Amino acid sequence: MELLVAIAIGVLTFSGVYLILRARTFSVALGLTLFSYAVNLFLFVMGRLHTGKPAVLSDATSYTDPVPQALVLTAIVIGFAMTAFVLILALRANTELGSDHVDGVEKAKPLKKPSKAANKTVQAKKKRKGVAR
Amino acid sequence: MNHWLLVPVLLPLICGALLMTSSRSPLGLVRSISAVSVVLLLLCAVYLLMTASNGQIQVYALGNWSAPFGIVLLLDRLSALMLLVTAVLAVFVTFYALRGDDLRGSYFHALLQFQLAGINGAFLTGDLFNLFVFFEILLIASYALLLHGLGAARIRAALHYVILNLIGSGLFLIAAGLFYGVAGTLNMVDLARFVAQAEGDQLFLLEVAGALLILVFGLKAAFLPLHFWLPRAYASATAPVAALFAIMTKVGLYAILRFSTLVFGEQAGTASGLGTELLWILALATILLAALGAFAASSLTSLLAYLVLVSVGTLLAGIALGSEAALSATLYYLIHSTWVIAGLFLLADIIAKQRGDLGSSFKVGPILLNPHLLGICFFLAAIAVAGLPPFSGFFGKVLLLQAVSGDAAWQLWAVVLGSGLIGVIGLSRAGSLLFWRQHNAPSHAAPLDKTALTITMALLLSSPLLVVFAQPVISYSEAAAAQILDVASYLQAMQLEGAL
Repeated sequence: MELLVAIAIGVLTFSGVYLILRARTFSVALGLTLFSYAVNLFLFVMGRLHTGKPAVLSDATSYTDPVPQALVLTAIVIGFAMTAFVLILALRANTELGSDHVDGVEKAKPLKKPSKAANKTVQAKKKRKGVAR
Repeated sequence: MNHWLLVPVLLPLICGALLMTSSRSPLGLVRSISAVSVVLLLLCAVYLLMTASNGQIQVYALGNWSAPFGIVLLLDRLSALMLLVTAVLAVFVTFYALRGDDLRGSYFHALLQFQLAGINGAFLTGDLFNLFVFFEILLIASYALLLHGLGAARIRAALHYVILNLIGSGLFLIAAGLFYGVAGTLNMVDLARFVAQAEGDQLFLLEVAGALLILVFGLKAAFLPLHFWLPRAYASATAPVAALFAIMTKVGLYAILRFSTLVFGEQAGTASGLGTELLWILALATILLAALGAFAASSLTSLLAYLVLVSVGTLLAGIALGSEAALSATLYYLIHSTWVIAGLFLLADIIAKQRGDLGSSFKVGPILLNPHLLGICFFLAAIAVAGLPPFSGFFGKVLLLQAVSGDAAWQLWAVVLGSGLIGVIGLSRAGSLLFWRQHNAPSHAAPLDKTALTITMALLLSSPLLVVFAQPVISYSEAAAAQILDVASYLQAMQLEGAL
């Protein structure tokens, strides 16, 4: 059981981190959601895994630790609100900036030697300047 | 129990909630609620500072659940000082915003109040998970405040800021979970006790959790590899928001200071001073790179954003040193850098408003309407922020440089003085470009807002005042530094048993 939960957390984190590293806001938002699932699960497991135990102190000799459950509830609520905010912000960025890239602009072109066409325009500009002088 | 400890959190929360519901009420009412709230907050902060200055650590158990089971608020000299710094800043920021900036978007005052509640809570809490909750409160308010006024630049900056901080929140939760899973407690003082006794695998896990926490706080504080979001965010924010954000990096630094002195303090054995060697190097690198960034900045606001980074590096260096004298100097420099940089952000806004569409960018613009007045104000503020005598920046740096010894000394001297020189060059380049190199077209900007300028200069006046009243301020910061290094007194105040 421990192994299963650990693998689940690992896979969720892995997928989350992979998606967060993508350049589009939608995949980043998805990645953040998966990552927060992983975090919540991790937080929950920190109270150790038990089955069939009461979650509060009672006459029973052993019980499930209620604190991580309370923590994870808080974390879920906050995470949910934050995800909603990111989605709205991503939508807004898309309409306002005209791109869903996380930098707000499409990927900058790699630095290469200026193409022939660009060279021509540069030369043309130089010529014009020369004329002006 | 002193119930006043709750006020810095509850007052802005209640006022914020009131302001949320009053979107259709008259503007005068909204503004006066906000103004009254920050003034009361200031009075409360002064009162708490006075009660904390006798050196007693006050603990407020929420709902009277005793530590370590319930959540506690903790007031010592350090947190009282941070509350006062925040409250003073809040008063000036709010009054500056009343001059019209609050109308550039909806719910400015409500968001400001929530942000203050989060910041004050983060300074007061003695519980790790509670700290997470207050961080989230201040962050979500800051997301919306950063977007205040909208526009493409702000949305671009906010996207990075929000995503990075959400990842930070996730890591914070992992760290909190690890602490709870290993130690079975989230109370910071109780954690300090546990770390002192832990060994082997337990200690290793606690160190991992501590390192994660430093990473998260570092993201807020914005030192070297975690700072990339800051220049764009601060440069694009509306002036009062940028000024208020001057305290935001300090929240991260405060949390690092709290953890490195309390949980991983001297009693922690091999884990004591977790990560300080690395933080020292990062601090020096931050100062240098930020100074270069300030030199290369293309607008006044982005220059100021890099100066924020310089101050973060300087403060982090003081925290990494960790000695009583260094911490005392750090606290003094923290007060100075928060208020002066915030004042400069406001001043930059006033200057930018006289340049029309050019804003604060370093391009040759029209003649300002009040070149002499604004020029003198900028000149004085630049001296204060660059750390030249006779203002408080100089004092803070001298105190810090005096506090180092040995190998660390020449490193810090070289970096701080070198970056100071680069900063001065950057600032004088900014000043000469803004005030001297102009084309002859007259400006069509609105006339100078004298009230706004008065508010700004009143905030900047804190710098000479910090020099005039250096004696009481420094003796307070020395006492605060001595107090946070004495971990046993925290255990006593919390009435936790067990020796360190």
